[in-house]
Amino acid sequence: MSSNYEDRSRGYNGDDDMDRGRPMGGRGGRRMHRRRICRFCMEKADLIDFKDVRLLQNYIPERGKIIPRRITGNCAIHQRMLAEAIKRARNIALLPYSTD
Amino acid sequence: MATPRQYEVVFIVDPTADDDEVSRLTENHKQIVTDQGGTITKEESWGKRPLAYEILHHTDGNFVLLEIEGSGREIAELERRMRVNDRIIRYLTVRVDEDRRRAEKFKERRARKAAKRPTTHGGQNRANATPEFASDESRDS
Repeated sequence: MSSNYEDRSRGYNGDDDMDRGRPMGGRGGRRMHRRRICRFCMEKADLIDFKDVRLLQNYIPERGKIIPRRITGNCAIHQRMLAEAIKRARNIALLPYSTD
Repeated sequence: MATPRQYEVVFIVDPTADDDEVSRLTENHKQIVTDQGGTITKEESWGKRPLAYEILHHTDGNFVLLEIEGSGREIAELERRMRVNDRIIRYLTVRVDEDRRRAEKFKERRARKAAKRPTTHGGQNRANATPEFASDESRDS
């Protein structure tokens, strides 16, 4: 029994040290997301126009919802500009709110 | 000292209206703006386009874009008229001067950075750059 206790404690100590040392990758199915570059930063686009329907349509698939940033890879600034432009275009009926 | 504000106004006219009525409406709006002391910098007519969803049981509409420069008074008057008019089924006013100014600043900053990189004298470029910083009131440098 005592030998078991010792083994178990040693095992725990070892695991704790290793856990604190490096981040847990791959636990619970979490995956490293791909590092995609912001397309607008590459193009150096400073203004995303709400009238540019063809550009905005790339970011609303069939249901009409705005694609999140972790999938498109946009940076925060451009994602906000994009979302604002999409909402304005929806207001003026250039883009749908939802397609069912 | 007040730099003129720039607005973009998009309005949708009832599709049952013919082109004459649409152009008359547009002229009317332009007249309202110039009466109040603004200027029209751009006018675009997109014609009949299908709407993404039904507005007042219409499936397409006649789109017109106006770009206006001036203080806010013309916009208030214009929007009041558009709200009352039954032939206009939707309108949207966007203030664009600040966004454009910010975009211009980014572009200038990027051009300045690109020009600065191959040269070794940073002071020379900075001397050219200071007048631009002094002229526009910027909150972020």
